[in-house]
Amino acid sequence: MMVKPYGDTLDDGAVQLSFSLPVPFSGKAKEAARQLVIKMGFAHCDIVHAAPLSETFTFFTAYAKTAAAVDFDRVEYVEALADKSLSMDEVNAFIKKNFKRKLVVVGACTGFDAHTVGIDAIMNMKGYNHHFGLERYPMIEAFNLGAQVPNEALLARAKELKADAVLVSQVVTQKDTHVGNLTNLVELAEAEGLREDLLLIVGGPRIGNKLARELGFDAGFGPGTYAEDVATFIVKKLEERRSR
Amino acid sequence: MKDKHTPKTAGKVVYKLGLSKPLIAVARRRAAAIAGPVQDFIAGHTTVAVERATLRLLGADGANADGVPVPNLIAQSLRERIGSGLSQHYLSALLREGKTPAQLNEAVAAGYDLSKVPLADKKSLQVKARELAGWMSKRIRANVAHRDSKLKAFAANVKSPMLYVIVATGNIYEDVKQAQAAALQGADIVAVIRTTAQSLLDYVPYGATTQGFGGTYATQENFRIMRAALDEVAEKEKRYIRLVNYCSGLCMPEIAAMGALERLDMMLNDSMYGILFRDINMYRTFVDQNFSRMINAAADIIINTGEDNYLTTSDAVENADTVLASQFINERFALQAGMPKRLMGLGHAFEMDPELKNGFLLELAQAQMAREIFPEHPLKYMPPTKFMTGDVFKGLAMNTLFNFASKATGQGIHLLGMLTEAIHTPYLQDRYLAIQNARYVMNSMADFADEVEFKKNGLIVRRARQVLSEAADLLGQVEKLGLFGAIEQGLFAEVKRPKNGGKGFDGVAEKSPDYWNPVEDLLKKQLGIRG
Repeated sequence: MMVKPYGDTLDDGAVQLSFSLPVPFSGKAKEAARQLVIKMGFAHCDIVHAAPLSETFTFFTAYAKTAAAVDFDRVEYVEALADKSLSMDEVNAFIKKNFKRKLVVVGACTGFDAHTVGIDAIMNMKGYNHHFGLERYPMIEAFNLGAQVPNEALLARAKELKADAVLVSQVVTQKDTHVGNLTNLVELAEAEGLREDLLLIVGGPRIGNKLARELGFDAGFGPGTYAEDVATFIVKKLEERRSR
Repeated sequence: MKDKHTPKTAGKVVYKLGLSKPLIAVARRRAAAIAGPVQDFIAGHTTVAVERATLRLLGADGANADGVPVPNLIAQSLRERIGSGLSQHYLSALLREGKTPAQLNEAVAAGYDLSKVPLADKKSLQVKARELAGWMSKRIRANVAHRDSKLKAFAANVKSPMLYVIVATGNIYEDVKQAQAAALQGADIVAVIRTTAQSLLDYVPYGATTQGFGGTYATQENFRIMRAALDEVAEKEKRYIRLVNYCSGLCMPEIAAMGALERLDMMLNDSMYGILFRDINMYRTFVDQNFSRMINAAADIIINTGEDNYLTTSDAVENADTVLASQFINERFALQAGMPKRLMGLGHAFEMDPELKNGFLLELAQAQMAREIFPEHPLKYMPPTKFMTGDVFKGLAMNTLFNFASKATGQGIHLLGMLTEAIHTPYLQDRYLAIQNARYVMNSMADFADEVEFKKNGLIVRRARQVLSEAADLLGQVEKLGLFGAIEQGLFAEVKRPKNGGKGFDGVAEKSPDYWNPVEDLLKKQLGIRG
C-alpha cells in the first residue's frame, strides 16, 4: 500500500513547513523561500506567512504538496514492545510467577547529562502522568543514581547490585554527544563481561528503538514511554533469555 | 548600602487573596530561625572558590598554556593556606616584585610560585588592598551607574513582566546573532545557557569559546562579547537589554565576580539548588552562595532563584509548599548577604499537569500568592517544561496560558516558553513565535489584573491559603531538624544529600584566627553587614 500525506483529500500530499532564511524580509525573500521548497522536491508551494526575525533573517510558513509516497507494507521496523504493555500489577504478577525473586533495575543519566526528567519519570515513585515509576513496583528494586553518572560508575554499581537491567537516560543530544557516550557504555559492559547478564536500555526524547539497537542496546524508548512499558520489556526479555 | 532605587522590576501588586499577614510573618520568622545557624557556619568558613573570587576582584586573571586559570594556579600552590585567606599572598607578591596585577598574572601563568613569597607586613598589605579593592569597587560602581542611566533614559520602553529568552548555541559568536535577533523582536532579557556540566568544573575557563554542548561556556571574555552586543541593540531599540548568566555550581562566587566586572544584570543564584540538583556539598554551597550574593548585591545584580526545579522532579500540586518554603529561605539568605528585596528574583514555575481539571486555576492561585507574599521582589516565573512533549502545537497553547497567568498576576521576570521545549535548544523562529505570543497576550489583557477579582472563598483563594499554611508548617519542620538535617532527610524536592557528601567538600576550610579578606571586609562595609 503506497501512502502519501493526507491534508483533506486522499493522496493530496499536503505538508506544512516552517523555516527561516538568513536574508532580510522582502518579496524577493518570499520568492526565494518558495523556490527552495520546490527544490526540496515539493510541488505547488504557497508561502502563506513571512515575517522578519531581525534585519537579516526572515521566517516563513509554507504549505506544499509532495509527490513522494512510501510502500507501507515494505517498511521494516521492530517495535521494542510487540504487544500492549502489562500494567504495574501484571508486571508484578509476572515477576512473581516466572522469577520468584525481585528484579533489580539501576538507572541514571550518564556522561555530562544533567537532565533527570526522563529517568525520574520512569523510575521515581510518583512516575509521570499518573503512571507510577519503577520504585513503586513491589517486585522491582529500583535504584536511580541521578545525573551526570560516569559509565564506569554506573556499571560498577550495576555489578555490585547484581542488576538485571540498566536504564540510561540521554536528554542532551546536541551535536550527537549521546552517541559516543552510549557506544562507550556498551563497549565497557562488554569489556567487563557484563553484557550477557544485563539488559541495556536507553531512553530519551531523541531516542528510538532503531538507534538503540544499532548502538548495541537491547531496546530504546522515546517520548510517550511510561514505566510499565519499560518494565514490560524487561520482564518479557528476561523471561525469553531465561527459557532459552 | 543605602537603597536609593525604586523597584523598577516588580509590577504593581493588586491584593486579592486575603492571605493571613500573621501567618506570613510566622513563616518569615521560621525562615530566619532556619538560616541563622547556617549563617554562623558561613561566618566561620571560607572556600577555595571564595578565595579565587577574591583574587579575581583584586585583579587575578588569565590562564597558563594548559588553560589552567591564574586564580586556580594560585589556589593550588597555596592549598594549605586557604583558611588564612589567599589574597595576602597575592598582595605580598605584588609588593615584593613591584608588579601590576596584569604583570603578576603573566608571571604566575609562566610558573611563578606564590607559596615561595614571604608575607609582607600588615600595614603595606592593607594599603595595597585598599588600592586594588578601591579600583574594583570603582569599576563596579561605574557599571551600576551606567545601567541606571540607561534604564532611566529608556524607562518608557520597559515591559512588565520583562520578557526573558535563552540562547544556547555553544558558540558565543552564534549566540550573539541569536541574542540580537531576540532583542530586536522584543526580548528584554537574554540568558546565555552554560554548556552542560560547567557547574561541576572547579575552575572558570578562559577566553572566548566556540564549542559547547547545549550551551556556551561562561567565561569573562564571553560575558564581555555578549554585553557589547546587547548594548548595541539597546541603543538602537531605546531599550536596555539585560544579560543573564549562571552564578551556580562549584565556581559560584567567581562567576559573580566576573559578572560584576562585566556588567551582567541578572544571575541565576540559589542557596540550595547546587546541593539538591547537582550534588554539590551543602557546606560548600552555603558559604559560596553567601559570598556570591554579597558581590551580586554590590553590583546591583538581580538574582534568580531556582525553585522551578522542585517542580520538574516533584508534583506541582503536592509540592507547591516546598516552592514557597524555599522562597522564604532564599529571601532570608539573600537578606543576610546584604541584598535588597528589589534584587531578589524568587523563582517559581508553571508546571501544572495539563490533564488536571482546574489546573490553571491552581496555577493562578500560586502565582498570585507568590506576588502578594513577595510584593517588592521581581518574581521569576518559569514556563512549562515537564509536560512539554514534542507536540509543538499543544506546547504553544500551554505557553499561551502561561503568558496569561504571568500577566494576570503581575510577575516580574517572565521566561518565555518555547514550543520546541523537550526537542532541541531554541531555533531562531522559536523565540520569535514565543515573543509574538507573549506580546499579543500581554497587550490584549494589559489591565486584566486591575479589573478582575477572585471569588471570596472560591477555589483560587482557598488554594493560596492552603499552600501558605502548608509552607509555614514545612518551615516549622525544617526549623526543628535544622536545615542541614532537613536536606539530609529529603524535605526538599524529595532529594536526600549527606552533610559531608557531594562535590567540592574538600574545598571548604575553617577560617583560622589570622583569616583576612579585604574584599569581604569592603563588601560588608558597603552593604551594611555587621560581623
